[in-house]
Amino acid sequence: MLELKHLVKSFGDRLAVDKVGFTLGKGEVLGFLGPNGAGKSTTMRMVAGVIEPDQGDVLIAGHSIIKAPREAQRRLGYLPEGAPLYADMTPVEFLGFMAMAHRMPGPDRKKAIDRVIADARIANVASRRIATLSKGYRRRVGLAAALLNDPDVLVLDEPTDGLDPIQKRAVRALIARMAPQKAILISTHTLEEVPAMCNRAIIINEGRIVADGTPDSLAEQQPGGLEDAFITMAGTEADSA
Amino acid sequence: MKVWLDDTLSGLRASYSRELRAYFATPLAYVFMAIFLMLLGFFTWEASRFFDSGTADLQPFFYWHPWLYMIFLPALSMRLWADEAAAGTSELLLSLPVSVTGMAFGKLLAAWTVAAVSLVLTFPMWITVNYLGSPDNTAIFLSYFMSLVMAGAYLSIGAAVSSLVSSQVLAYVIGVVAAFIFTAAGWPMVLGAVSNMLGAGVGDVVAAFSFLTHFETAERGVLELRSLVYFLGVIALWLTLNVLWVTQRRSGAR
Repeated sequence: MLELKHLVKSFGDRLAVDKVGFTLGKGEVLGFLGPNGAGKSTTMRMVAGVIEPDQGDVLIAGHSIIKAPREAQRRLGYLPEGAPLYADMTPVEFLGFMAMAHRMPGPDRKKAIDRVIADARIANVASRRIATLSKGYRRRVGLAAALLNDPDVLVLDEPTDGLDPIQKRAVRALIARMAPQKAILISTHTLEEVPAMCNRAIIINEGRIVADGTPDSLAEQQPGGLEDAFITMAGTEADSA
Repeated sequence: MKVWLDDTLSGLRASYSRELRAYFATPLAYVFMAIFLMLLGFFTWEASRFFDSGTADLQPFFYWHPWLYMIFLPALSMRLWADEAAAGTSELLLSLPVSVTGMAFGKLLAAWTVAAVSLVLTFPMWITVNYLGSPDNTAIFLSYFMSLVMAGAYLSIGAAVSSLVSSQVLAYVIGVVAAFIFTAAGWPMVLGAVSNMLGAGVGDVVAAFSFLTHFETAERGVLELRSLVYFLGVIALWLTLNVLWVTQRRSGAR
């Protein structure tokens, strides 16, 4: 469903993403791990069509993000890093805007908005201005927006960042519920939630994939489990920290 | 082509309704309209001595439009793209299956609508001249129409500038300067200086690109096709630049 082919991106002299490629099938939940600045967000931005890769391509349900960007984006749900939202709108208005941009006809729009409000559990804040919402609620509004078009591929950049343990569990449950129908790419810093949430993990460092496997197989490579594996493979920066 | 049109229209509709709501959800639109109307009234009555002109027309009123637009309209357009860049929502926008052209057009139309509402609210002026005498109402209507088209030209400059920066203040300041260049090019003081330095020919060319020159005939209620085409051309040019500059963000330079 999601195929990354040989993605390369550099900013000036700095090579941010270096030949990243993998395929993600239906039902796969991929934890995308790596230290800060490893190229996770850059890769996800390229998948979402927000920035263009220097080389390579991304196929979303068979549609190229370069050649047919809007066809690909129609099948994509994207939660950008930090879940940026329009603070002057209420969640309902914001979701209405997103539904319009996805060209949903009127009756479907209402149904889809009700569905994601229930899924993301934001019914009690649905008509409050986003500016007044807590970080956790904002994150969930962003998540609701990403689910609005019932996409084949979900790209979530740190969806549980800033959530309390109860909210984290709710998000994990939501992801688990959707997983069989979709291909999901999640980036996270919280290693503990990788085995609970993902059935595959990729570790990326300095723009390159350094490990790819199930969370268990990665954890077995080091006596200290996933955290040790991460620190060993993510290299110098994590060592000194 | 059909698909592109659909993606453009859905982008236009979505951003138009969102931006229009944003103008009226915050005090921006109300403050803008109140101050704009107040100053327009002040200049017309006090500076142009509306009553002393002795003729029943709105020329002293329309005379001030380009100058006030130059200062005020960048305040409407400054947030259009700069705010998206500052809040990070531009990332959300670029991941949506809509064309940038549609979004840019929708945003411009939303700001244009606020300007149109402000213009409509100047109706007491029109009533006043009809009460005082019998003006040529067709001519006044044409002046209003051209003023609205000119407002679109100012807004398109401001919107495009706003897509270059991620600070609203910067977008406003650069927007006013750009608008000033397009306005003042036809100002007798500037024109005289240019003509003296570079020759009358150059002066004429500069004047041909000035909003003032093109609005001058409209102030008297004469609809010149040349001027209409000029303003529409300016809008098309800056809208294109706007789309290009937003698309350029995709290359990740900023």
